[in-house]
Amino acid sequence: MSYLEYNTKQMPSGLRKVLYLNWPLIFLLIMVASYGFVMLYSVAGGSLTPWADPQIKRFGIGLLVMFVVAFTPLWFWRSIAGIGYIVALLLLLGVEFFGTVGMGAKRWLLIGPFRLQPSELAKITTILALAAYYDWLGVKKVSHPLWVLVGALIALLPTLLVLRQPDLGTAMLIAAGGGVVIFAAGVHWAYFAALFGTIGGLVTAVMQSRGTEWQLLKDYQFRRIDSFLDPTLDPLGAGYHINQSMIALGSGGWSGRGFMEGTQARLNFLPEKHTDFIFTTLAEEFGFVGASSLLLLYMMILAVCLLTAIRTTNRFGALLVMGVIGNFFLYFAVNMAMVMGLAPVVGVPLPLVSYGGSAMIVLMVGFGLVHSAQIHRARLPS
Amino acid sequence: MKRSEQEKELSRRTIGRRGLVIGGLQLAFAGTLLWRLREMQLNQSEEFRLLAEENRINLRLLPPVRGLILDRNGVLLAGNEQNYRVVIKRDDVGDIDLVLGRLAQLIPLTEDDIERTRRDMLRNRPFVPVTVAERLSWEEISRVAANAPALPGVTPEMGLSRLYPLRQDTAHVVGYVGPVSERDLEALETPDPVLMIPRFQIGKSGVERMAEDRLRGRAGSQRVEVNSVGRVMRELDRVEGTPGANVHLTIDAKLQNYALERLHGQSAAAVVVDVTNGDILALASGPSFDPNMFVRGISTTNFNELLNNDYRPLVNKTVQGMYPPGSTFKMVTGLAALEDGVTDGQETVFCPGHMDVSGNRFHCWKRGGHGRVGLVSALAESCDVYFYEMAQRCGIDKINAMSTRLGLGIRYDLPITSVAGGLNPTREWKRNNRNAEWRIGDTVNASIGQGFVLSTPLQLAVLTARLATNRAVLPRLVRDPLERSDRELASLDLRPEWLRMIRQGMNQTVNDRRGTAYSSRVVADGQTMAGKTGTSQVFSITRAEREAGIRRQEDLPWNRRNHALFVSYAPYDNPRYAVSVVVEHGGGGSSAATPIGRDIMLAALNDASPPLSAYPAPQRNRIEFEQREMEQRLRRPEDMRISRA
Repeated sequence: MSYLEYNTKQMPSGLRKVLYLNWPLIFLLIMVASYGFVMLYSVAGGSLTPWADPQIKRFGIGLLVMFVVAFTPLWFWRSIAGIGYIVALLLLLGVEFFGTVGMGAKRWLLIGPFRLQPSELAKITTILALAAYYDWLGVKKVSHPLWVLVGALIALLPTLLVLRQPDLGTAMLIAAGGGVVIFAAGVHWAYFAALFGTIGGLVTAVMQSRGTEWQLLKDYQFRRIDSFLDPTLDPLGAGYHINQSMIALGSGGWSGRGFMEGTQARLNFLPEKHTDFIFTTLAEEFGFVGASSLLLLYMMILAVCLLTAIRTTNRFGALLVMGVIGNFFLYFAVNMAMVMGLAPVVGVPLPLVSYGGSAMIVLMVGFGLVHSAQIHRARLPS
Repeated sequence: MKRSEQEKELSRRTIGRRGLVIGGLQLAFAGTLLWRLREMQLNQSEEFRLLAEENRINLRLLPPVRGLILDRNGVLLAGNEQNYRVVIKRDDVGDIDLVLGRLAQLIPLTEDDIERTRRDMLRNRPFVPVTVAERLSWEEISRVAANAPALPGVTPEMGLSRLYPLRQDTAHVVGYVGPVSERDLEALETPDPVLMIPRFQIGKSGVERMAEDRLRGRAGSQRVEVNSVGRVMRELDRVEGTPGANVHLTIDAKLQNYALERLHGQSAAAVVVDVTNGDILALASGPSFDPNMFVRGISTTNFNELLNNDYRPLVNKTVQGMYPPGSTFKMVTGLAALEDGVTDGQETVFCPGHMDVSGNRFHCWKRGGHGRVGLVSALAESCDVYFYEMAQRCGIDKINAMSTRLGLGIRYDLPITSVAGGLNPTREWKRNNRNAEWRIGDTVNASIGQGFVLSTPLQLAVLTARLATNRAVLPRLVRDPLERSDRELASLDLRPEWLRMIRQGMNQTVNDRRGTAYSSRVVADGQTMAGKTGTSQVFSITRAEREAGIRRQEDLPWNRRNHALFVSYAPYDNPRYAVSVVVEHGGGGSSAATPIGRDIMLAALNDASPPLSAYPAPQRNRIEFEQREMEQRLRRPEDMRISRA
């Protein structure tokens, strides 16, 4: 689909675009971000510094970025999808060779005064590339094995490069965004069944081989898997944090211990309380009411986006929105599951709430694309 | 490439369908999260709340103030002193070397102190206060406080630590405290949690140890909120503990001080007992040691010095030291014979200076013999042969029975450590311990307190008190200040006429020109002293030595010389105190132990200052000189703090 295809008469232009923005989405985003501001104020002991104030500013910048992305015509995003993808891949390779090391992983590239985290960029470009690819491919050829292989490779290349850094959390998000686009594009169920079947089979085989003569991993590797799956086996390491997180969360009760009254957070029993464990602090201080309402807001964001995807006649735009949905959902679901002790400890922050700049901007770019798809969808002439 | 409407519609429908599938899956997962949230926050909230409180709240024990130990007049024997110390926190100190350097200009700090402080600071968490110096004077602590702005992180603090103001005077009785050791904890089934307080001290010996339960008190507690690294954020509440109870001893600190100083330079023991109620007024074991050294942590050098000293300062010789009682045992033999009816006491025995018993010759201390002696003169002149004869007549069993009745061979239940029982040797004892049958020679030896017989100085004082009163005097070290009336002591039921002879013998020992202690008689009215000397051999004299001529005691090495003993009571006609003195390897009883016994007795009778007039006129010049010399060493009354408690 080229830009010639767009019927400019059916599209809003200029300032009229503002009317076609996804206003419920904007409202929900501000709500969620406000949860973040309140919690960052609380964990700083009732202070705007060092977290709440920069976070508010970043969210403001994020909103601006979102509007810019939203008002940019969709065809522009489609036309740069391929280049963007390749640039992101090159940057990831750059990290591989020239990256700087921090927190035990190589994630950043220093370009002049800027510290770039290409894996964040790859989240968006992978979705863009896959959406463009399936738009180009058309709906009939998607299940052909060769074309499936191409789509899978587009998703896997950045995933594997990020996994090597190692950054399991971001790799999962990239894979999830890509996977959802491939699934939504209409690739046959059988491929997914085969994929999950193979993964399940492999895992079963590896775990079953334990203790036998032909076991597939070394004993210490099995022990690492054990403590990854059940942090309580490692009570002084990761298990300590999860345990403290569950105590904090559970002690919140129905209505919480009160704003800035959470003992676990205030007395530093919670680690990383402004980033990965901010949901725990929320649940401790505002209880079930606070925690479940945030979950509800997240689900509403997903619902609003899903509605946009379904109503868009533009295949590229719809697939793009689905990718953002897949990415965003896994983002908060993994974080919440982790702090509740349902999932292993993976360093994934809570989207829009946790303190963090680049992740926030990338998320807002994603939602900007959702707006763009909403604004620039082909509307039937009235 | 233009896409057909049909294809567009297919694309839209596929995406719509698949989008709903994805949305459904996400909804299901969100439901799981919600369910988990509800499970934890609504159903298990209580348990988690409890765990959070456990995290946050720390129970701290507040050490109780230890009870005081006082003498019979309320003089402080063991108290608690304000201990000023300086602590430092790495958190606030900034430049450690700079601050420690400044501190060293204000208070005495050695290189070691500074090095240890720096090590402790780096080893502990930054907010843990580390002690830089302890036991500072008020001036020193004031200097630190005045310079506080230049000493960031440095805080002057006050605590309590044990102090024994009379130092070595009551070391063996009161004992000392020390830090809780692993062994102390293992010995207890359920250790008092207060023992876990760092630097908490418990009684290690003497009354401090035996009356630990009364002295310790009960710990208070304090609930504090701590953060994840254990730093105290605030106090939540506090329960005050109960201070330990005071213990009142029967000891008279002044007399104790006199007795110990009178033993100066000797390895010796002296005991003063109130014959009317068994109160132990003095329990002196010389040389002594300063128990404060143990509280502060004694250095290896000092400890080894105490341990390797020939005079054994760490041993409480009054209750722990067991000595052959020698001639002081003769009253026992005499009474045994009287009770058995083998003599009436008036009957005389001829002493040629020795006696042959089943082929062995037993000598009297007087080579030429005493001639004919009855019980009274045998005691006064300490004739051995008389008692050899009596012992053979009545036998060892009767002697043992009388010995036990008079308080020997019994382990007294006193609140001090290592109280020994002495030994009244029986036939059975010898069979079990020496693997030999009792022989008549053993009885002969026992009759004059030699051979296997062993007694402690305290037992000898009790023996004397019992002879003086005909009552079963039991020694007592702790008295309940609330107890008004003195306890009734049971009668020994010894016939008055027997005791009259024994007492007369003891009277003549001291006051008769022929008595062995005549030179130590007391001439003051109403303070007449009766007593008995004793000399006990440490090594038996071999035949070869005897043929070579008995060497003079002074020529023997110190540790081979005889022990010198003296027991006495006074006033003769109305007994008040019994005194026993043992001078280890002091040579002859009358020369080494007797003057000490007399002086201590006079001190007991005259508020620790024997009047010159009580001494026989020819001795007064020498005594006056001795007294003046001793006064230098005696503790002044103002040093004895009367506690208000």
